[in-house]
Amino acid sequence: MAQAQIDFAGASAPAKFPTPVNSAGFRDLAVQGLSKSFGADRTVLRGVSFSVRAQEAVALIGSNGAGKSTALRCALRLVEPDEGDIQLFNEDVTSARQHRLRKLRANVGFVFQKHNLVPRVSALTNVIHGNLGRSGGIRGWSQLFAPVSLRERAMHCLERVGLADKALQRADQLSGGQSQRVAIARALMQDPKLIVADEPVASLDPVAGHEVMELFHKLTRDEGITLLFTSHNIEQALSYSDRVLAIKQGEIVLDGASNTLSSADLGKHYG
Amino acid sequence: MADIGYRPERGLPQRFERPGALRFTFYVALAAFVLWSFQGAGWSFSALVSGGPALVDFLSRAWPPSAERLPQLAEALLETFQMALAGTVIGIIVSLPLAIVAAKGMTGPGIISRSLYSGSRLLIALFWTVPDLVWALVFVITVGLGPFAGTLAIDVDTIGFCGRFFAESMEDAEKGPSEALTAAGASKLDTVFCAVVPAAMPSFITTSLFALEKATRSSVVLGLVGAGGIGIELKVAMDFFDYQLAMTIILMIFVLVLCVERLGNFARNRILEGSPR
Repeated sequence: MAQAQIDFAGASAPAKFPTPVNSAGFRDLAVQGLSKSFGADRTVLRGVSFSVRAQEAVALIGSNGAGKSTALRCALRLVEPDEGDIQLFNEDVTSARQHRLRKLRANVGFVFQKHNLVPRVSALTNVIHGNLGRSGGIRGWSQLFAPVSLRERAMHCLERVGLADKALQRADQLSGGQSQRVAIARALMQDPKLIVADEPVASLDPVAGHEVMELFHKLTRDEGITLLFTSHNIEQALSYSDRVLAIKQGEIVLDGASNTLSSADLGKHYG
Repeated sequence: MADIGYRPERGLPQRFERPGALRFTFYVALAAFVLWSFQGAGWSFSALVSGGPALVDFLSRAWPPSAERLPQLAEALLETFQMALAGTVIGIIVSLPLAIVAAKGMTGPGIISRSLYSGSRLLIALFWTVPDLVWALVFVITVGLGPFAGTLAIDVDTIGFCGRFFAESMEDAEKGPSEALTAAGASKLDTVFCAVVPAAMPSFITTSLFALEKATRSSVVLGLVGAGGIGIELKVAMDFFDYQLAMTIILMIFVLVLCVERLGNFARNRILEGSPR
């Protein structure tokens, strides 16, 4: 299949999910010419360009080491890119100073493959941590010190992921699927416009993985949250996205609407 | 086990890597230095064997222990433990912020942050490398004889001990939770207290309890230089050849250190298995 045109103008792709009200081409994330090397001999990203429109679900696929995770981390400057421009909600991320960068990050829920919950503290405290970008300080450090309004919001987020009954359970005593749902609740606590998920189901069994992807689907469909996720699972990428990007050896090699692509089309970009 | 007859085409890898000439020379020099150290330390099996009867003589003269001054000794023992406890608590409280500044990656890249980092590491190294007995001598000169000098010596020693290990445990803490909070827009301070400190907490607890055990043993010795506690009682008993009293003191110290160690183990297990926050 020929490589699809990368769209920076924001023309809308056919959506699998019901078209949200406010999706008229507004780009939540636009990345252009992104490059990143680790040392002299390990170039991970080579001029990567892509965009994610508001309320769109985009899957980024590629084999191990292709640059998926680095691309996501560079987009939020968790890893500093060597070159390239990044726009988040139409604001320049590349030149943002630390304080502004924190405010921009606060609008993006980042869900990691290994959940990255703080162990030894409760699920509720982990969810409350999601608010630190908006309001830091000791009252956001633990559910012990948090004001009632914050605890209520955190409980609501846990309810949304179906884990209200695990609020006071230690994060390191939850199952993999439960941990990932708490991580999603932490992201929801940010009231995010965009959720970025780095292989969110890679460490989960198929049932838990399906539950987590269904949860993302529900958030995208019902709440209009934009989703950018990476995956190794071609079927999942096609089922849960409006658009699929494929990255190979640090370059975007495919950008197409998922309802026009087949598993075979995507399979070519592995290996 | 039966030979299955399989022979790998490329043969088996070597069990050990053969050292190069330089490395081999280094190993030989190291072994020679260790042997030389035994000689320098006056290590002598004959002296050890000939000292046996003297040890038996001491034990026979020290047994049975004397119960004559038990109430006074109990008071001195309590003072010893109080010195250890107060010194450890203050040491831990001071060492935590110092360790945060001294841990790699906890502060920013600016000049002030780097200066604080270098300064705190230097201070911890100073407190860690100078023995507590030396600090006790310094504080006896500074604040006079008595338990306060001992407590200050334990403070400084605990800051050096806990500061070093707290900083190392924070550096070794899993990076994932910190990255997650940074991605959510949290500040560096919030990330340290919400992700790094909880991840390092088991190590903090273990280190703190070891510090208390260490301080309890130290506080006995500090008394020998007049820094309060039961140590001075032991020195006086030995100087006056009152071995029965000395034996009583040694046994009391043994029971105290053993109790602190057992309580430490119990507390460690209870806290580490404790409920979440």
